[in-house]
Amino acid sequence: MQELLSPLILTFELAAVTTIILAVTAIPFAYWLASANFRGKSIVESITGLPIVLPPSVLGFYLLVFMGPHGALGSILAQFNIRLVFTFEGLVLGSVIYSLPFMVQPVQAGFEALPVSLKEASYTLGKSKFQTFFRVVLPNIKPSLITGIVLSFAHTVGEFGVVLMIGGSIPDQTRVASIAIYDQVEALNYSTAHFYSAVLFVLAFTVLVTVNMVNRKISGKII
Amino acid sequence: MIEIDVVKRIKTASGEVDMHVKVDIEKGGFCSLFGKSGAGKTTIMRLLAGLTEPDDGVIRIDGKTWYDKKNKINVPVNKRKCGFVFQDYALFPNMTVRRNIEYASVNKSNVDMLIDMVGMHELKDRKPANLSGGQRQRVALARALAAEPAILLLDEPFAALDADMRDTLQNELKIIHNKLGVTTILVSHDKGEVFKLANKVYAMDDGVITKIGTPEEVFTDSTISGKFKFTGRVLKVERADCLYVLTLSIGTEVGHVVATHSEARDISIGDRVLVYTKAFNPSVKKI
Repeated sequence: MQELLSPLILTFELAAVTTIILAVTAIPFAYWLASANFRGKSIVESITGLPIVLPPSVLGFYLLVFMGPHGALGSILAQFNIRLVFTFEGLVLGSVIYSLPFMVQPVQAGFEALPVSLKEASYTLGKSKFQTFFRVVLPNIKPSLITGIVLSFAHTVGEFGVVLMIGGSIPDQTRVASIAIYDQVEALNYSTAHFYSAVLFVLAFTVLVTVNMVNRKISGKII
Repeated sequence: MIEIDVVKRIKTASGEVDMHVKVDIEKGGFCSLFGKSGAGKTTIMRLLAGLTEPDDGVIRIDGKTWYDKKNKINVPVNKRKCGFVFQDYALFPNMTVRRNIEYASVNKSNVDMLIDMVGMHELKDRKPANLSGGQRQRVALARALAAEPAILLLDEPFAALDADMRDTLQNELKIIHNKLGVTTILVSHDKGEVFKLANKVYAMDDGVITKIGTPEEVFTDSTISGKFKFTGRVLKVERADCLYVLTLSIGTEVGHVVATHSEARDISIGDRVLVYTKAFNPSVKKI
């Protein structure tokens, strides 16, 4: 049983860690992108959005090269005896990069849609940028935050190409549900493949329905 | 005393111009920046509040420098104590009426007093989305006052309201100003509003202050050399044969004035009018 559930547990661990890291890093990044106006902004936005259009195997390949023992990052980390390829930590880094646009884009759109006068009003009331961000800005883009968090989570749950390239299929280490489905189908073990697929299917559907309901409730529409 | 002497490049209806503003505003007064849209009124308020940076110049409040280009002084917005009532009110949608005011308040014990003062006690637990325009305006005013500002800046606060509500809120604002005595600057393009509220007007056009004075001095036709001039408010317009009788409220008195068809044509109830006489010597009797 433990063996059967291991890919599912690993998948949710990976998705949870990735989403937490993205929430902490990508939300301030999205705020900066929404507020700043600088030369080359469209290039930064394009790089951020690249994982949406790039085939996951391409991204996975370059990450493998980058994180490999002879890669730019891998060779530095090797000096400290840290290895990223074919490890859970490597998968987390890959997933963070792969799911970055799914967090940044909805949240950035939320920040941009917020009337500037709300921030300005808070400043004129004597509040700092920090207080304004946490008490006025963030609470008023709740639908965008929920969308970003759920999409990042769901997208990480569903990733395959990147995981396969940089993680392979090591049980309890890197064999997430999508890889396990592929392995089981290759082994003609359809019932186990069905089990994993059904769990992911139900989960994906439930998550989307919940997000849509919550967002409609927040914006005051009929559920 | 508020001393503003700044230069800022702005876009007006007739292209980009360097707006050079030099005004001194008395403490505790109620003044108005009057002019067409795009004349630069809102920009002056934003410069004062620190929301927009001037290109050059100095802003001083009671001898304290808020902005000085040469000495690189620029006090940040949140340290300036400028209460700003925005045209769209900018109430925080995630907070109730009470929370909006609490968020701003320097002294939490004043929150209830402010809610009562703007007549929002019954609605204090509602969110802004469930309030009417007039109610939002009241909350925005109370919130600005809760921060105990040194200056209150009102950017066309009544523009989105119907005439009745505008009238009511103007009266309330006047009462609140008289009570609290906060230096207030009102941006407006409504002469009636300025007449009613302000004791000093800065008329602007294309980034330049064209006239400074009391509302009577700025708005009334300087070619009228009346011996007697009063400003009044039209309460009633009645036709009597070939003439019109206007019922006016002048100060605390109500009186009737006869007007010709051409004079009465543009006048409607609620308008501010100037009543003057020059051809006759009025009789005087001791009372």
